[in-house]
Amino acid sequence: MNLDDALRTFIAESRELLQEMEDALLRIEQSPGNEEVINAIFRAAHTIKGSAGLFGLDHIVAFTHVAESVLDRVRNGELQVDGRLVAVLLSSCDHIKELIENLAAGGEVSQEAKARGESIVAGLNSYLGGGAATSSKAALPVETSAPCTTQGGGEVETDLWHISLRFGRDVLRNGMDPLSFIRYLGTLGDIKHIVTLLDGIPRAAEMDPEACYLGFEIGFKSNASKAEIEGVFEFVREDCQIRILPPHSRVSEYMQLIADLPEKDMRIGEILVKCGTLTQSELDAALQAQQVSDEAKPHRPIGEVLVEAGVVQKPVMEAALDKQKQVKEQKAAEANLIRVDADKLDTLINLVGELIIAGAGTSMIAQRSGISELLEATATMSRLVEEVRDSALNLRMVQIGATFNRFQRVVRDVSKELGKDIELVISGAETELDKTVVEKIGDPLTHLVRNSMDHGIEPADVRLARGKPAKGTLTLNAYHDSGSIVIEVSDDGGGLNKERILKKAIERGLINEDHNLSEREIYSLIFEAGFSTAETVSNLSGRGVGMDVVKRNITALRGTVTLDSEEGKGTTVRIRLPLTLAIIDGFLVGVGSAVYVVPLDMVVECIERAAWENAGGDGRYLNLRGEVLPYMRLREHFEIEGEPTRRENVVVVRYGEHKAGLVVDRLMGEFQTVIKPLGKVFSKVNGIGGFTILGSGEVALILDVPGLLGQVAAHCGSMAIEQTV
Amino acid sequence: MNISVTNDNGVCHIGITGEMNIYFASQMKEKLVSAMADSKEIEINLAHISEIDSSGLQLLALAKREAAESGKPLHFVSHSQAVLDMLDLCNLAGVFGDPVVISSAHA
Repeated sequence: MNLDDALRTFIAESRELLQEMEDALLRIEQSPGNEEVINAIFRAAHTIKGSAGLFGLDHIVAFTHVAESVLDRVRNGELQVDGRLVAVLLSSCDHIKELIENLAAGGEVSQEAKARGESIVAGLNSYLGGGAATSSKAALPVETSAPCTTQGGGEVETDLWHISLRFGRDVLRNGMDPLSFIRYLGTLGDIKHIVTLLDGIPRAAEMDPEACYLGFEIGFKSNASKAEIEGVFEFVREDCQIRILPPHSRVSEYMQLIADLPEKDMRIGEILVKCGTLTQSELDAALQAQQVSDEAKPHRPIGEVLVEAGVVQKPVMEAALDKQKQVKEQKAAEANLIRVDADKLDTLINLVGELIIAGAGTSMIAQRSGISELLEATATMSRLVEEVRDSALNLRMVQIGATFNRFQRVVRDVSKELGKDIELVISGAETELDKTVVEKIGDPLTHLVRNSMDHGIEPADVRLARGKPAKGTLTLNAYHDSGSIVIEVSDDGGGLNKERILKKAIERGLINEDHNLSEREIYSLIFEAGFSTAETVSNLSGRGVGMDVVKRNITALRGTVTLDSEEGKGTTVRIRLPLTLAIIDGFLVGVGSAVYVVPLDMVVECIERAAWENAGGDGRYLNLRGEVLPYMRLREHFEIEGEPTRRENVVVVRYGEHKAGLVVDRLMGEFQTVIKPLGKVFSKVNGIGGFTILGSGEVALILDVPGLLGQVAAHCGSMAIEQTV
Repeated sequence: MNISVTNDNGVCHIGITGEMNIYFASQMKEKLVSAMADSKEIEINLAHISEIDSSGLQLLALAKREAAESGKPLHFVSHSQAVLDMLDLCNLAGVFGDPVVISSAHA
């Protein structure tokens, strides 16, 4: 097995678990009693510790263990969740993250990281009742062999496991039956000897018929591992006293067992002999040795053991059922996911793209041939290829919810920093988008969120004076719209001040004093480099280097960003991104001898131009059933030679709230296509966003609809559209 | 589940029919204890016990012990297959001390 691969998987999984842990910790602050969330936190820490142990990463194990112990106490209801505890746990989470990243980078843990770790451990320890980190009170104590001193001889002869069971009072009430555990144990091996202890049953008057008083001592022959045997009693281990001694354990361990069990020592001893676990001579030797040591030091009170088992009341049934469900769900969830190399996925999508083009070629030939069977066959093939394409693209889609959730932490930390009370509301978390887009959207979103929190939302007293609730609200919203995904960052803060922006813009010479700008245009000014109306510069924002970078990042993703604001009420920043970067459904149009592709998502309808011959308008607008529709002739725009055909067609396209008509010669139907990027030479060409290869081998240019719409608007002098390249 | 109690000359015959499990445990205990209180000798017929769980086992054990302590003889007879299986699993055939009749059906 390649350890490196395994290690990489461990690192990736740990990162995910840490993210889950952080999300859960943030949630627990809002709902402290929520058991499900507490369990999620515990599970995350526990899993990381376990896996780290597999790789021998002792420093991670040691640190995580302390955190896990604290979490166990929380889980048991021994600790209350408060802000301070959450803060300590969050810093533990951060520290583990640091250790993992360190591991990934392959470096040594730095001194300061170590120091940080130690101070966090001190903080955690204060929750454990001081002293060295005690191990959690989980049952199934396995006796690590203490250095063998005077207590009896070496190992016992028997090759049997010895299992000692004292079932808790509520086992039956919780829907379980000791007998079924015994039966199940029998499937893992051979129960050579079993002694059933009925001593626990009290007098008739006190005996509760629904309580369980049974105990068992078992001599068990099996090749199963200790973990597997422990696993048999998984659902009762929290309430019952269970001791498992492997074959050939030390006599001292048996002595400990004898001492710990509630029944009389002699009796236990006899039982052990009956079970074949100890031979008579071993027992005698053991008891003798014990007597000696008894005189030397006080015998460990057996009552203590009983108290430990009996007093700790937990909602066992719920925990057991919950756990059962969790284990099942976890197994199911794990079974349903596969880790795939992103490169392999890209190769697949490329191949699918080529397949689409080849398929289109075949369809064209089929059409020309006119053979109906062939046409049918190619139609079927096209349909299947389309489905393959959709599936392949879907593989790259991830929900934006994960990204949004990360902002819980950001909002929490920043609000504390700013001393403002801000709540984050998330909607549309299930909206999916391409994986690469998700990765690149993180930074711009972070900046926008910080901006809203720093400049948008006013301090509590100002808000109250304005009649707003003291708690500010920051909303992250995402939804699909005509082939794009829209992400909105809104706040209910003070909004943008138009006058201030104008003033600053004039100051910086960006516009002239008498320049008449629409509201949108004014707001868009803040995207200019170096622009800031902030009176105070914090380390978060205000320097004026943020918004233009945001805009640039978004444009690099072929998206657009706009602002909507109302003074005193709030601001919304709207980011619009294309859903897919690779393959699109297109609509072919022909102008002269050239062929263009219009993204099908943006096509609203197609109409014959002739219908407007007498419609009026001044040559710049069409009357579309009462709606004003600006239009452009592609022939003019792309300066295509030749005469226009007599029957022109208009393709009405839409992007966001803007509509326009594109006048073309021919409509040539739907066409799925792979977007191939234009080379650098063509990057300045307006209105073209890529090209593709038709089935015939011809090249068709893909129209950049947002860009064209922008130009149409500019021509017609209407409101400025989202700034695009 | 059904418990039939008949008194025959001071000897109490208790017959248990059906499932002797947690659902009927409370009921069972009451009946057993009261039946035993009123008699000098007890015989419990297990032939028609279709199912028995830990609570059932505990009650049988309780009955036996209470009887022994008050000096009353108590016998278990006609162990059904379910009871036999349970005694076998727990290695309690000896403890319950009564001649366990192994019918020819039991291989």
